[in-house]
Amino acid sequence: MSTTAVVNPGRPQRFGHRRSQQFTERVIAAVLFGCAAVTVLTTVGIVVILFSEGLSFFREIHPVDFLTGTRWTPASGNFGVLPLILGTLMIAVGASFISIPVGTLSAIFLAEYASPKVRSIIKPILEVLAGIPTIVYGFFALTFITPLLRDSWLPDVGIFNALSAMIVVGIMTVPMVSSISDDSLRAVPESLREAAYGVGATKFEVITRVTFPSALSGIVASYILAISRAVGETMAVTVAAGATPHLTLNPLESVQTMTAYIVQVTQGEAPHGTIEFRTIFAIAMTLFAMTMIMNLLSARIVSKFRERYE
Amino acid sequence: MTQLQQTYPDPLSVNEVPIQQHFNKGEVTESSTPREPNLRPRMKSDRPSKETDEIKDPAVRIQDLSVWYGSKQAVGNVSLDIARNQITALIGPSGCGKSTLLRCINRMNELISGVRIEGQIEIDGEPLYIDGVDPVEVRRVIGMVFQRPNPFAKSIYDNVAFGARINGYQGDMDELVRQSLEQAALWDEVKDDLKGSGLALSGGQQQRLCIARAIAVQPEVILMDEPCSALDPIATQRIEDLMQELATSYTIVIVTHNMQQAARVSNRTAFMLAQEDLVGRLVEYGQTEQLFTSPSNKRTEDYITGRFG
Amino acid sequence: MSSPEQPTKRITSSQFRVRLRARHLTGTLFVALAMIGTTIGVVLLAVLLFEVARDGVRFLSLDFLNSFPSRKPELAGFKSALWGSIWLITFTALWAFPLGVGAAIYLEEYASKNRVTSLIQINVSNLASVPSIVFGLLGLQLFVRGTVGIGPDFGGFGRSVLAGSLTLALLILPVVIVAAQEAIKAVPSSTREASYGLGATRWQTIQHHVLPQALPGIMTGTILAIARAIGETAPLIVLGAFTFVAFTPSGVLDSFTAMPIQIYSWTSRPQADFQDLAASGILVLLFVLLTMNTIAVFLRHRFGHLTKN
Repeated sequence: MSTTAVVNPGRPQRFGHRRSQQFTERVIAAVLFGCAAVTVLTTVGIVVILFSEGLSFFREIHPVDFLTGTRWTPASGNFGVLPLILGTLMIAVGASFISIPVGTLSAIFLAEYASPKVRSIIKPILEVLAGIPTIVYGFFALTFITPLLRDSWLPDVGIFNALSAMIVVGIMTVPMVSSISDDSLRAVPESLREAAYGVGATKFEVITRVTFPSALSGIVASYILAISRAVGETMAVTVAAGATPHLTLNPLESVQTMTAYIVQVTQGEAPHGTIEFRTIFAIAMTLFAMTMIMNLLSARIVSKFRERYE
Repeated sequence: MTQLQQTYPDPLSVNEVPIQQHFNKGEVTESSTPREPNLRPRMKSDRPSKETDEIKDPAVRIQDLSVWYGSKQAVGNVSLDIARNQITALIGPSGCGKSTLLRCINRMNELISGVRIEGQIEIDGEPLYIDGVDPVEVRRVIGMVFQRPNPFAKSIYDNVAFGARINGYQGDMDELVRQSLEQAALWDEVKDDLKGSGLALSGGQQQRLCIARAIAVQPEVILMDEPCSALDPIATQRIEDLMQELATSYTIVIVTHNMQQAARVSNRTAFMLAQEDLVGRLVEYGQTEQLFTSPSNKRTEDYITGRFG
Repeated sequence: MSSPEQPTKRITSSQFRVRLRARHLTGTLFVALAMIGTTIGVVLLAVLLFEVARDGVRFLSLDFLNSFPSRKPELAGFKSALWGSIWLITFTALWAFPLGVGAAIYLEEYASKNRVTSLIQINVSNLASVPSIVFGLLGLQLFVRGTVGIGPDFGGFGRSVLAGSLTLALLILPVVIVAAQEAIKAVPSSTREASYGLGATRWQTIQHHVLPQALPGIMTGTILAIARAIGETAPLIVLGAFTFVAFTPSGVLDSFTAMPIQIYSWTSRPQADFQDLAASGILVLLFVLLTMNTIAVFLRHRFGHLTKN
């Protein structure tokens, strides 16, 4: 083609008359990109806010004192976060004693034993457990679980205690374990099950020696996610475990978690700009870091698992 | 592994299975003489011709077997005797029920929900489909190799030892693993890396690993469901050679969609076909050479000459 | 070949049978255990619902829905909480729906496969698992107080419906985006090709063909996400939502309370009457959630066929 196009002035150009439409397209693309960018800005916002307030806290309280101190009484100047971390971890680990066995057994039942019909009934029921607001679990712990524990075999348990919080957090994270583990078990190729049946394995042997080990990385990822969720859980532990930062491993006592402390401060009238108010950002930073590490870890495990079978 | 008790006079010795060169090119040569002279007059009829030669003391006897998936019948009234220490091939177009039939022999098929099986299968005269027979026992005696190599995500050693372990094998496990891998013609390639993952092997090696895994539980019969369909020609060749060797100790039943393969490796061939009613039935069964060179049934001839399927 | 110990191969090996019986017994015990495990979850749900219902019926009435909170339990009601939640989620949906769908369209239809895109995608899934209380702190600084710690403050919206709904919108945004992405992915590419083939631009294709087909899926996901927002308590408490509000909002800058906040406030009271009030509030909250989930499930079933492959 020659470089100079002969344009008939009387006729409209065949191509290129859609310039205004192209402009519209570009504006739309930019707006849509803006929507997606909001999610990145959200993360940036969280990090900036936590760090700016958190760092000004750490200018006054040395991070080492913060992370190793064993007393948390901000009103009298003790900023050792260990009691809060220990309270949080104790509840998270205690909850996993319920969520992991119950969730794993449910997943195995749903993936390997249940008929499609039973499965279609049980799976949604378990998922309802995850959909119930956490404040409802707090109510359940306070008005049902704790009285039940006191009336039966633990008469000295306090009104606020870590045990009932563990139990309800465990219940609410069951679907997290069961649903992700169920997916992982079902992703194990049928050919592996057949291979095991083919050499004379019973169903139990197929599950425990082939299916479960093959799905293990996905299952472990679900455990990490459930623990991470328990670490970040707020309302149930606030209502059930109370607001006493004890450095204790006794589940019958009241403990305070990191999240419950944040609730306590924001509900009180601690003025902005005070050191007491800044503590919540330092704690939120710690919490954010803990859950982020666990989430990234579990995402990594899951993606490795995918690579193996795809 | 022990040599199996009896050896049978085998007209088609495993080393010199005739390969009919022309059967799939539409030039069925009537002149080629079968090794075992057929005493019956050869007739083209629509009747199954499984009575062309009697199998005495069959390893597996399938009697009037029918299979339904839900309300759909997949296999209809198949009766078939499988000769000991020979290779029997099941051929036929896809959907003819050959895999279903194969999977009934070790009761794998009942793992599929909604399946219904009628008729009887006997191994060494013992019925499999009666109350009190445990499919797990059946599968230990009748091993299986699958279409795609399916090693477990475990080491080579653990793959082979798996079946023996769950079945409570008391002997020397190292020895069993070695013997099984030797029998599967894989030992020399993997003996220095038994702890390596079974998944790290090539496709052909994986399939031989699966064969070693099946052998390690010391079965009597090995079922192979299109064992070479996922392999390249060289790997296929190795598996076929291996099957010939294994046939001295085991009864082998192989499903294949590849007629040349059936002709190359098997002593006997059964041709199955699903007609308009979509129910797979046995059309013709006999010595492989005979079936491929002078089929007695018109539909067999059409199939092996490539007119359909 | 010979093996040092040759287990009997027959199906009827009695030693094998004894062991097999034990193996099957283990299996049966395990099934029982798995069923018990599954039942625990179901039973706990039933107990929870039963307990809440038993405590909650006492105060549940039309008056309960039409009264403001009070220091006297028999006069206390849920009106400000119910209306506060309605205002809150209406605006939450108003922000989250376009933002989430826009982001999903960008990621599915516009974004090229590069680092920025995968960064956004990873970021979305990470945000989904950030504890909700952290979002509360974000909302407190950004929307309530109008400061991000760096740069000038810009005032903020106070403890208003606007600040609360913006916070909840950011909280559920990742869930909306992922659901919308799934729905858009399910629209077959043939639809897009047909549209492009007629000379439509990208946006015209999305607007006229992709979005209408994906809409039921997007709606289902959004409704489920909003249902989650209704139950969220922690971020609102951190924002400083009031627990004792005796009016309903009449504008976005009005302060508010919400159902879960009111429930929390009543639960924290030591008197049994207030805890029963909390249970009544929970019943209302669960009823709203149940309704929304039913709508979502209905949408999925009613229009599910439109997006199926």
